[in-house]
Amino acid sequence: MELILLLFIFTLAAFLGFELISKVPSQLHTPLMSGSNAISGITIVGALLATAGTPESDFTTALGFIALVLATINVVGGYMVTDRMLAMFKKKGDK
Amino acid sequence: MDFEIAINLAYIVASVLFIFGIKMLGKAETARKGNLISAVGMLLAVVATLFDRQILELGSPFAWGMLAGGLFLGTIAGVAAAKFVKMTSMPEMVALLNGFGGAASLLVAWAEFHYDGISNVNPDLFNKCAIVAAVLIGGVTFTGSLYAWGKLSGKISGKAKVFSGQKALNAIIALVSLASAVAFVLLGQHQAAYVSLGVAIVFSLILGFAAVMPIGGGDMPVVISLLNSLSGLAACAAGFVILNNVLIVAGCLVGASGVILTVIMCKSMNRTLGNVLFSGFGAAASSSANKVEGEMKPISVDDAYYALEAAQSVVFIPGYGMAVAQAQHAVKELAELLENNGAEVAFAIHPVAGRMPGHMNVLLAEADVPYEQLKEMEEANRILETADVAIVIGANDVVNPAAAEDKGSPIYGMPIIEAFKAKTVFALKRGKGAGFSGLENGLFFRPNTRMIYGDAKATINSLVATFKEK
Repeated sequence: MELILLLFIFTLAAFLGFELISKVPSQLHTPLMSGSNAISGITIVGALLATAGTPESDFTTALGFIALVLATINVVGGYMVTDRMLAMFKKKGDK
Repeated sequence: MDFEIAINLAYIVASVLFIFGIKMLGKAETARKGNLISAVGMLLAVVATLFDRQILELGSPFAWGMLAGGLFLGTIAGVAAAKFVKMTSMPEMVALLNGFGGAASLLVAWAEFHYDGISNVNPDLFNKCAIVAAVLIGGVTFTGSLYAWGKLSGKISGKAKVFSGQKALNAIIALVSLASAVAFVLLGQHQAAYVSLGVAIVFSLILGFAAVMPIGGGDMPVVISLLNSLSGLAACAAGFVILNNVLIVAGCLVGASGVILTVIMCKSMNRTLGNVLFSGFGAAASSSANKVEGEMKPISVDDAYYALEAAQSVVFIPGYGMAVAQAQHAVKELAELLENNGAEVAFAIHPVAGRMPGHMNVLLAEADVPYEQLKEMEEANRILETADVAIVIGANDVVNPAAAEDKGSPIYGMPIIEAFKAKTVFALKRGKGAGFSGLENGLFFRPNTRMIYGDAKATINSLVATFKEK
């Protein structure tokens, strides 16, 4: 049952994703990409669980740890770089 | 104590924040806030996860140390990368971050399967499908992004690498990855399944390299947005592995929005995704005959100055060459001088100019060009009809009139910026060579086109200097 529920969520999220950004001005393509890229770093949640939730295995902890570092770079770097880009988009006159 | 319900509620809130975040990223006025909101969602998801029973009860001091260490290392590296990366290096930065996300999803799925073996859990069919999906997609995303990063940063040649038998070889690599994936799902015994998972990991990594190899630099906007979509799907698959709803929702949102961006990019080149991925463009294109009549006529900076000085309306058409020459600040200065001189200034931005979606917009924004001046293709083409001067800065294929006129041309049908409509066209170009596609550009041979050879930044700077002197 839980599985069906998750598939249900998946399907709805896919449609939502398509609907959300149907019309994006081209100037925002890069920030949208790097911003959504940061969101795909959500796998950090899985990395946290793999690192600390598996005490009997050093190997899974190690795998989790590498995943954690990579996902954190993805998340932190992604959000910050997006913010840096968006901060540059200015209208005429505002400084 | 069990926080399960609270954690899941937090995940729901995080998902809502992601949704609002993405939605707001699509509008200029709200984009920055949207990014912040989605970052808050991420923070919430991370903090909530730390209260998970698995971590809270099972986590040893050592494990907590690893958590803190991993988060710390990743944050330091992420902050450093984001702070110090140059705006011109943004495409490769995005590619690299994307690859890290894919690798993380692969590792999460792998760790989960390894742990299943230790704790004597036999994952069911569906769980195995999810594991292998996360591994395959994550692996391809990782090495594909790494290769794209290499190409974009110039560490490897940006040209499409094509050799005979490549398609067959790639097909074999893909088949082996799929076959080992199927074997992994069907093999009941843990050890045997583990071996096939190993094969799947190795071959998905090879596949990532092999798939991006034949794709040339000019098609990179498509590749990057596709890889972005894949990294979301990898996270989504990892969500099915650990049965976690926030991973599924967030990953799926990214996957879907990435697909849309990919489709937009393909449309702006009038090509299908399959064509971009499998055709090895540069190699196939150069064989077709494209005769161009006339000759390229150079012009000196001084003469160009007089034309610009008299112009009422000037349109800049930037391309990848502007990024390479890092000419955006000089261009902005010239644009300002022209405006003070009474001319209308606009920038015509082709959707696939540069190496990633929106590349030119980012560069010009860095140079403080107000975004009202940045015009999308359709509007730019209207302005060009009455423009006095169009200045093409390191753009080539996106202004090639062959796309509109020459049915035999491989880029025929691609919407272009119609620079040739302007009364005078100045083309800033390093040398006489052809563009990324290997095509001669008829624009450069038109009677109203004048070439200014040399480094784009140096040329613009001397124009600026001439303006200031006179």
